[in-house]
Amino acid sequence: MEERGERIALQCRQHSASCREFSVRCQPVQLRSLSAATCSVWLAAYWLFVLTQNSMVLSAAIFITLIGLIVYLHFVKIDQESLLVIASLGIQMTSSYASGKESTTFIEMSQVKDVVINEAIYMQKVIYYLCILLRDPLDPQSVSEVVPLFQSSKPRLDCLVEVYRSCQEILEQRKTVSQIL
Amino acid sequence: MVVLKVFFPSCCSSAESGLLVGHWIPEQNSAVILAVFHFPFIPVQVKQYLSEVRQVTQVNVSVLGTWSNCKKKEESLSEFLEDLGTIFSHEPWIQLCKETDSKFWSCSVIQKHPSTPKEDEIILVYYDQRKVMLSHLHPPGNLTNSTDHKAEDASKLAVIFDTVAKSKVLFMKDRYDYGPIKLTHWQSEGVEASIIVELMKQASIPVCMLLTFLLSFVSSVCKSRVLKFWPLSFIWSKLSTCEQLGHRLEHLQVISSNRKAQNQPQLMRKANIFVSLLADVALGILLMSWLYRKNRIGHLADTLIPVADHVAKELQGLLQWLMGVPAGLKMNRALDQVLGRFFLYHIHLWISYIHLMSPFIEMILWYVGLSACLGLTVALSILSDIIALLTFHIYCFYVYGARLYCLKIYGLSSLWRLFRGKKWNVLRQRVDSCSYDLDQLFIGTLLFTILLFLLPTTALYYLVFTLLRLLVVVVQGLIHLLVDLIDSLPLYSILLRLCRSYRLAAGVKFRVLEQRTGKPLRLLMQINPLSYGRVVQTYRLPTYSCYPKDSWGSLCKKLFLGELIYPWKHKGEKQD
Repeated sequence: MEERGERIALQCRQHSASCREFSVRCQPVQLRSLSAATCSVWLAAYWLFVLTQNSMVLSAAIFITLIGLIVYLHFVKIDQESLLVIASLGIQMTSSYASGKESTTFIEMSQVKDVVINEAIYMQKVIYYLCILLRDPLDPQSVSEVVPLFQSSKPRLDCLVEVYRSCQEILEQRKTVSQIL
Repeated sequence: MVVLKVFFPSCCSSAESGLLVGHWIPEQNSAVILAVFHFPFIPVQVKQYLSEVRQVTQVNVSVLGTWSNCKKKEESLSEFLEDLGTIFSHEPWIQLCKETDSKFWSCSVIQKHPSTPKEDEIILVYYDQRKVMLSHLHPPGNLTNSTDHKAEDASKLAVIFDTVAKSKVLFMKDRYDYGPIKLTHWQSEGVEASIIVELMKQASIPVCMLLTFLLSFVSSVCKSRVLKFWPLSFIWSKLSTCEQLGHRLEHLQVISSNRKAQNQPQLMRKANIFVSLLADVALGILLMSWLYRKNRIGHLADTLIPVADHVAKELQGLLQWLMGVPAGLKMNRALDQVLGRFFLYHIHLWISYIHLMSPFIEMILWYVGLSACLGLTVALSILSDIIALLTFHIYCFYVYGARLYCLKIYGLSSLWRLFRGKKWNVLRQRVDSCSYDLDQLFIGTLLFTILLFLLPTTALYYLVFTLLRLLVVVVQGLIHLLVDLIDSLPLYSILLRLCRSYRLAAGVKFRVLEQRTGKPLRLLMQINPLSYGRVVQTYRLPTYSCYPKDSWGSLCKKLFLGELIYPWKHKGEKQD
């Protein structure tokens, strides 16, 4: 379950001892809300058309809905967010949009300091989120940047704890390696 | 547990059995395979060849292990492969084995010294050799500013990219070259030898020299002392056309200089300037061909004069309206009449000036139109200058109104202090209390009352002319914005990103390939292209114009106090 009460699914795949992938699948695009938005725009356009007798309004409305739909599917609606942790290489975050576009960020292990669960005030409530702490290259002890994970799906705490435990297991491996070397 | 990473070029996956040649990076515990040497070979020749490559590329290339691509596992072959490890000694010795019908490869690592910890996991990372070689890695923003630190703290991936890029020489041989050793790696399809390209290469050197000579001549003329006298230099600094021309001159100098670009950003900058210049000139010539067809210049000149006349007429109407009872406001009649007549006289002067000019307008436009062949930006700057010249009366009105209004506001504020028994202490830069005489107070109060009652009239004039002025400034600003956009857009980088997205890499992304237990983990390394926003941000060409420095708040304050806002961009210079 998500913060807002929508359903999400967490999938955890273990490719090998040092490589795990977590993917959070959000609720798919709701046909009802989309059609409601389209209908409201078209009704408003039709009302304007009746008032002004100008057919430009109708074609403009069609264009607006089309462009809005494309923008929504391509840039706003995130279908799935996944986190790939490879102990010796790094952490990769992928978010795939409803249109199929994927945006990927890869953080090398040497930059990662830790993975923690943080709490933040969001609107009127306190939410928990997972984030990666990046190491400052000038001063290895301090944190230079905080990269939040699962930003759009916002899973609840119990889900986050599970991901956090697995991540920590893999990060532990990295630490033992550095001790040996 | 130590993880061994093997970076394997995907083009070599169908190669015949042989030796794996590559670079071993001990700090990362990873091997970057660069090529596969096929059987049969003479070990001495291989060693000699590798030492040659090492000298040329400065990369420590060595034989890392063996590669076998066979139908069935043969015992004799595996023994032979192990024996090879004794000839080319390397620590650790990697043995990759691919069976033709399966996607999963087996990989084993032989360690000679038992003291090192046992390696129980191997990751196979496939990479596209050509893309990795050609791409230029852009580290994230927080790393770029600490350049001195970067050398020692270079990211792991950068090392791998660097290795592949440096060993370019190894790949330079195309498939039709037969050396003593047969090897497989990424191969170019053979260098395209076109006569035209060669001729252009040959011609570019004298063309560049000629261009440099011409440019030095032009710039020396521009810098000559005749043009430095006061009125001329003042005019040059105010005309945006001159600035645009100067900017373009600098660009041409950068392009035609015969110094080779040292590093990638400089090369990109040159290419960007070149492409944007070409696009600019092409657009300009298109505009020119449109203008000079069907006598459009004549039509333009014919419409321009009536438009200017019409604007003047409208202004006259506006002034008449202001001199009456504008919007039901009751103004001070005498002051209103004085101001109105003053401005009307100005418009009269303006109209006669326009009529004096009208026979020459078409010719001027015709010659000005020729300048479009220097580029669209130059034409746009000229348009902006023409607008500035044609709306000169609005500027004058604005200045008069603003000065008057400013005077009133300052007078009122100092008299208001007098009213409260205070005064401005210039020496200490603060407001002090002060005891005034009765006469002083009387006169002050009288003046304050007069100014206060006359304020609405001047404020109205000021308001109307400021709005007109702002309209002109906004139009000019839009034109300048367009010019800046054409000037600063890195077209070459954007085209590169569009067509060869791997050339500008922001990083990498990995995809986990299908796998089976007991076999090494297989990853596919792909190049993550730079986002368009960052392309523009990184390769943006610097422009000459400084944007208005004051924020919206200070602009509003200036408007309220009646200080002049300058449309021209050299605000900083004016204040100095």
